[in-house]
Amino acid sequence: MTNTKTDELQVNEKREAAGPAELTKPGPVFTPHVDIFETEKDIALSADMPGVSAENLDIDLRENTLTLTGDIAGENNNNEDRIYVEYKTGRYYRQFSLSGVIDQSKIDARLNDGVLRLLLPKVEKAVPRQISIKTG
Amino acid sequence: MLYRTSFSPPAWRYRNPFEEFENVRQKMENLFGTLSNRSYKSMGAGVFPAVNLTEDQGCYYVRAEIPGVKNDDLELNITDSTLTIGGERKIPKESEEARYHRRERKAGKFSRAIALPGEINSEKVEAALVNGVLTVTVPKAEKVKPRQITVR
Repeated sequence: MTNTKTDELQVNEKREAAGPAELTKPGPVFTPHVDIFETEKDIALSADMPGVSAENLDIDLRENTLTLTGDIAGENNNNEDRIYVEYKTGRYYRQFSLSGVIDQSKIDARLNDGVLRLLLPKVEKAVPRQISIKTG
Repeated sequence: MLYRTSFSPPAWRYRNPFEEFENVRQKMENLFGTLSNRSYKSMGAGVFPAVNLTEDQGCYYVRAEIPGVKNDDLELNITDSTLTIGGERKIPKESEEARYHRRERKAGKFSRAIALPGEINSEKVEAALVNGVLTVTVPKAEKVKPRQITVR
């Protein structure tokens, strides 16, 4: 069996968030696609949030709940006529429960080309200490 | 009796006549959640990237969401009235010992041709990639631009 289409990219359809996301503003809310990797030292999260600029992105970590909220800048294309619409735009919202304790002071967030990269280092566990016993 | 209308017949638009159905479908899917597991392919037959095409009097605007694609990995070509968006989306590898909890983002090559509905001026096409959103501005050809006629 030949699999010629292995690296041909398909549209990863945007999912509309159906949860009880805050609905203070009208318009659709989407769930960003994410990758979450965990190593011994940290948790790395990448999220696709096209159209979101750094100042419109809100990352909130409270207890063990991480909340990502991304607002897209108001597009000034209201005076354009739509010919063909394949995707919708809107805000992004997603919550995660994190296992383990995160060192909040060392969180690193970068936003490049519409991808948020979040590095959440775990709190260093107490290093076991050897206690030497003196005799005498 | 002869009737003359001062209006031209409605011009053919490329507007998706099924847009309203599409909205209903999406709402139904939200309602029933994961009951139907098959993934629905939208208009572009699932070819990445999904594009939105709009126009105003002077230009066509092609927009696509391509998060994580760098300028260097993107190739745009324009011929008579066809715009081709090609490139590769790369996702950096994680370290060996990392185990993943979620893996929803995909990497790979893509190529898509978009036929523009009218004549264009291919000399003055502009493209911008901001925050993972590509916007290509394609000016219409001079002769198809509406011209205002002043009445003296």
